[in-house]
Amino acid sequence: MKGDGTLIQQAFLRKNSYQDSVKLMQLTEKMTQLPGVTRAFAVMGTENNKATLTRAGFKPALLEGAGPNDILFAVETGTKEEGLRVWEEYQRALEQETKKDEGKAQVSAASLKSASSLLSGANLSIISVPGQYAAYEAYKALREGLHVHIFSDNVSLEDEIKLKKLGRQKGLLVMGPDCGTSILSGVPICFANSVRRGSIGIVGASGTGIQEVSVLIDRLGAGVSQAIGVGGRDLQDGVGGITSIMALKLLDWDPQTEVIVFLSKLPGKETLGEIRKHLAQLSKPVVVFFLGYNPNEQKGVGQRAKTLEEAAHLAVSLSKKESGPLAFQRDFAALFPRETLDAVRPGQYLRGLYSGGTLAGEAYYLAKKHLQKIEYNPLAPSGHAIFDLGDDQFTQGRPHPMLDPQLRSERLLQEWADPQVAVILLDVVLGFGSSPEASSSLAAAIEQARSKYGGEKIVLASLCGTDRDPQPRQKEQELLQKAGVFVLPSNAAAADAALYLCQTERSNL
Amino acid sequence: MKVRIPKEIRVVNIGLPDFAADLKEAGVDVVHLEWRPPAGGDARVLSLLERLAVKKEEIDSANQKALGRILEGDPTLIDLGLAAEVIPNYPERTLLHAGPPLSWEEMSGPVRGAVIGAVLFEGWAQSPEEAERLAAAGEIKFAPCHHFQAVGPMAGVVAPSMPVFVIENRAFGNKAYASLNEGLGKVLRFGAYGEEVLTRLTWLKDDFYPILKDALGSLEGISINNITSQALQMGDECHNRNKAATALLLRELAPALVETDYKPAAIRSALEFIQGNEHFYLNISMAACKAMLDPARDIPWSTLVVAMARNGTEFGIQLSGLGQRWFTAPALPVEGLYFPGYGPEDANPDLGDSAITETCGIGGFAMASSPAIVQFVGGSSNDALNYTREMYKITLGENGNYTIPNLNFRGTPTGIDLRKVLAKDILPVINTGIAHKEAGIGQIGAGVVNPPRDCFVQALEKMVREMPKK
Repeated sequence: MKGDGTLIQQAFLRKNSYQDSVKLMQLTEKMTQLPGVTRAFAVMGTENNKATLTRAGFKPALLEGAGPNDILFAVETGTKEEGLRVWEEYQRALEQETKKDEGKAQVSAASLKSASSLLSGANLSIISVPGQYAAYEAYKALREGLHVHIFSDNVSLEDEIKLKKLGRQKGLLVMGPDCGTSILSGVPICFANSVRRGSIGIVGASGTGIQEVSVLIDRLGAGVSQAIGVGGRDLQDGVGGITSIMALKLLDWDPQTEVIVFLSKLPGKETLGEIRKHLAQLSKPVVVFFLGYNPNEQKGVGQRAKTLEEAAHLAVSLSKKESGPLAFQRDFAALFPRETLDAVRPGQYLRGLYSGGTLAGEAYYLAKKHLQKIEYNPLAPSGHAIFDLGDDQFTQGRPHPMLDPQLRSERLLQEWADPQVAVILLDVVLGFGSSPEASSSLAAAIEQARSKYGGEKIVLASLCGTDRDPQPRQKEQELLQKAGVFVLPSNAAAADAALYLCQTERSNL
Repeated sequence: MKVRIPKEIRVVNIGLPDFAADLKEAGVDVVHLEWRPPAGGDARVLSLLERLAVKKEEIDSANQKALGRILEGDPTLIDLGLAAEVIPNYPERTLLHAGPPLSWEEMSGPVRGAVIGAVLFEGWAQSPEEAERLAAAGEIKFAPCHHFQAVGPMAGVVAPSMPVFVIENRAFGNKAYASLNEGLGKVLRFGAYGEEVLTRLTWLKDDFYPILKDALGSLEGISINNITSQALQMGDECHNRNKAATALLLRELAPALVETDYKPAAIRSALEFIQGNEHFYLNISMAACKAMLDPARDIPWSTLVVAMARNGTEFGIQLSGLGQRWFTAPALPVEGLYFPGYGPEDANPDLGDSAITETCGIGGFAMASSPAIVQFVGGSSNDALNYTREMYKITLGENGNYTIPNLNFRGTPTGIDLRKVLAKDILPVINTGIAHKEAGIGQIGAGVVNPPRDCFVQALEKMVREMPKK
C-alpha cells in the first residue's frame, strides 16, 4: 500500500486474443484473492464493456485503444507493482486455461463450413457466444440445416422471432435464446443431468425446471425420451410459442414418447390460447406446470401440477399407467430434531439463496402462499426473502453461481452474519455444465461462517442431480450432510420444510 | 413440416469450450469452433451482412460461377504492340495510370513524376515544367489502366506509343495488356523522368520491343499458367519475387530470339536486359492475372473481388456483381523493410495495379511459396505459411494449377469473397514495393500492406442497397 492509502488503477491489453466472457470472469474471480487487489475486471474491449468499466469508476483514458478482439484487464491495487503482478498472473492463468481447452474439444475448426465438413452429418449447433453475435451464428447454422440450441442471452426479441420463423420454415428447432437445458436423444445439452432414457417427453421454457423434473423422473424410476428447452421468451406474445408448439407436435409424433410434460412461466395472453389449443390436440397425456400460476384458476387441458415435483410424479404415474403419490413424503416433525425446531424464534427470517432461476421462483411462490410477507430479489431484505443469485443484478461482471460458487459463498457468509436470519434455503444444481465444487464450496462456506460468526443457522438444500452425473448426487449429499445441511428430495420439499420451520404454528405442509 | 430430433446427435459447438468438453466426455461426436466476434465486432457491418444473407443462394452460385471462370483461365503471352494500336478504344491524348480514377490535383509525387515522364516521352511537351502545365491545365486526360483491360505496376503510367504485352486468355478469348518492366533504379513507374529514364523508354520501344515481338511471332504463344505454376515451386510468388519466372520466360524466349533477323549484338542486349531485370516477369504476371479475372466480372450478385488497385492516393476495389464501380478509401502506408537511408517518413502511400496478383490468388496469397519474401517484414518462414493459411479463410476456392509445395501442394487461395473478408475481419495481404513520395527517387523498400477495410464496407453497403426492397 502507498502511505496515503489511495488505490492505483491500471489497465492492460492483450491484443487480438478473443476469449469468452465466462472464462475471463472465472479467472478474474481467482485474481481478486491475490494480495493488494481491491478490484479486477477482465473483459473484451467492446464499447459496451468499456462503458461498464467507466461506470465502475475506471478512467476512460485508461481504456482507450482496446478493441473488441482485445482482452482488457482493469485492476485496482494498492501499488503499481501489485497491479502488474496480478496482470502477469492473469496471463499465466489464461494461457494454462487455453491449453486445457485445446485438449478438451475433439477437433477444432475455424468456420462453421469447415466444422460441418470435419463432422459429417452434424445436426445440432450449440451457441454460447456473446448475445449480440448469437443470432448471426444461429442464422448460419440454420442455413446449414442444423438444429440450434442457443445458450446465449441478450439476443433481441426481433432476432428470436426471425430465427424461430426461419427454423419453423426449415423444420429445425430453435431452442433458446437463453436456453440452459435440453436432453436430445439422450444427450445432455449445456446444463443438464445424466438421466435414464424413457417415455416421458419434456418441453420447457426454463433450464432448471427441466433439470428438476428430469432428475425427479429418473429418481422415480422412469426416464426421458426428449427434453426440449425453448428459451424463456418463447411463450411471450411476440414469439407466440413457435418452438413450444413445434416441440409439442414433435413429441406427439415421436414413437418413444408416451407422456408429455409442459413447463412454462405464464404465457402471453394470445399465446396461452394458442398453446391451450395445441395441448388439447395432443393424442398423448400431458402434464402442465405454469410457474407462479394457480392451476385451479385455469381450467384447461391436461393434468395441472402445482410444483415441479408434482409434475414429475404425475408424469411417472401416467407413464406407468398406475396411480401414485403426487409428492415425496413430508414428515417434517420427524425430520427435524427438537432443538432445531426450537432454534427458530418468532421474528426470524428465511433467506433463499438460489442459483437456479425457476427453482428460486418455485420456492418464492410456495412461500407466498404460507408467509404473510416475502420478497423476491430485494436490494435490502427486511424480512423473508428469496434470491435468484443468477439474476443480472447479482452477476454484473461475475460468473453465474452455477458456474462458480464464489458469489453464493460470499452471500451465505453475509446472511449468516445477520442474527435475524434463522433458515437458509439452497438449491445445488449438479450435472453437466455445473461447477464441480458446488457442494464442497458450500460446505466450506458454512464451516467458515460458523467459525467466524458462531450461531447456528438451519441450512436446507435440495440436490438437483443423479448418481450418474459428473458430481454423483449421493457423494454430494454426504458432503452437505457432514456440514450439517438438511438435504430434501426436491426443491419444493426443501421450500416446504423451510416454511414449516418459519411458521409460528407448525403443521406439515 | 415434420420436425425430427436425430437419433444420433452430432454437435458443432460455438462459444464455451466446456460444453464441447462435456459432450466429448459423454461420448458424443462434437466439433468445437474457434469463434471470434464476426465482422471484428462491428455491429453495423454485421447487420449488413445479415441482410445480404437473404440472397445467400444467389450469391453463392454467382460466386461459384465467377470462381470457375478464374480457375478455367488460360492466360497466354501472344504478342506485343504499341498501346494505342492494340488496346481497343484507346482515347486521344490520354495517359493510363494505376488504381482507381484520379485527377492531376489528387496525384501523389511518383504518379505526377511518371505523368511528366510520359508526356515528355510522347513529345507532347519539351520540358518537365511544360508537361506539368499541360497536365494541370487539363490538356492531358487520365484514365485507369483497368478501364482498358490493362494493368501497370506502381504509377502504372501507360502512354499511347509505349509498347505493351498482349495476353490472351485462351479459355475466354479476352485480352489484357501491360507495359514492359523497366528494371530497378530510376524508372518511370517510380516517378523518375530524367534523361536516363527517357533514353531507356525509347530503347525499349525502338530496339527491344521489335525483337521481342518478332520472337514471339514465331512461337505459338507462351503459356503463363505454365510459367507461374513452375515459378511457385521455385520460390517465387510472382509479385514481389519473379526471379524464377523471369528465368523460365527467358528460357522459352531465347531460342526464338536467336532465330530473329536482328544482329547478334541487338539480340544479346535484349537477352541481357531480361537477364538483368529480376522483375521482368512481373508485368506479364499482372496482365495474366488481369486476363484471368476479367471474365469473372459482371456476374450479378457475385461478391467476388475482381480488382484491387492503388493510385498512390486511394486504394480501390471492384466487385464482380457491381460492374465498373470503384470502392475507394485513402491508401495505407506499407509496413516493410526500407533500403538504407530511408524510412517510413519517406514513403508514398500504397501504389500500383500489382495487387491484381493477390486478387488472382498469387503474390501475398502465395507467400507460403516464397519464404524469402517474408523477410521484408522481418518474418520467419513459418509466417510465410501463415499468411497464405489466413487467405484461405477469405477466398472461395483453390487454384489447382498453382500449387504450394510447403502446404502439401495445396492450390493457392483464390477468389476473394467480400463477405468473408468482412465477416472474418481478415483483410487481403498484399506484397508490394515502396515508392519514395517524391517523384523520381524510386523504390526505397518493400513490404506488406492491406487494403483499407472501408473499401469493403462501402462495397457491402452498395450490395445491400442493390437488393430489391420488399
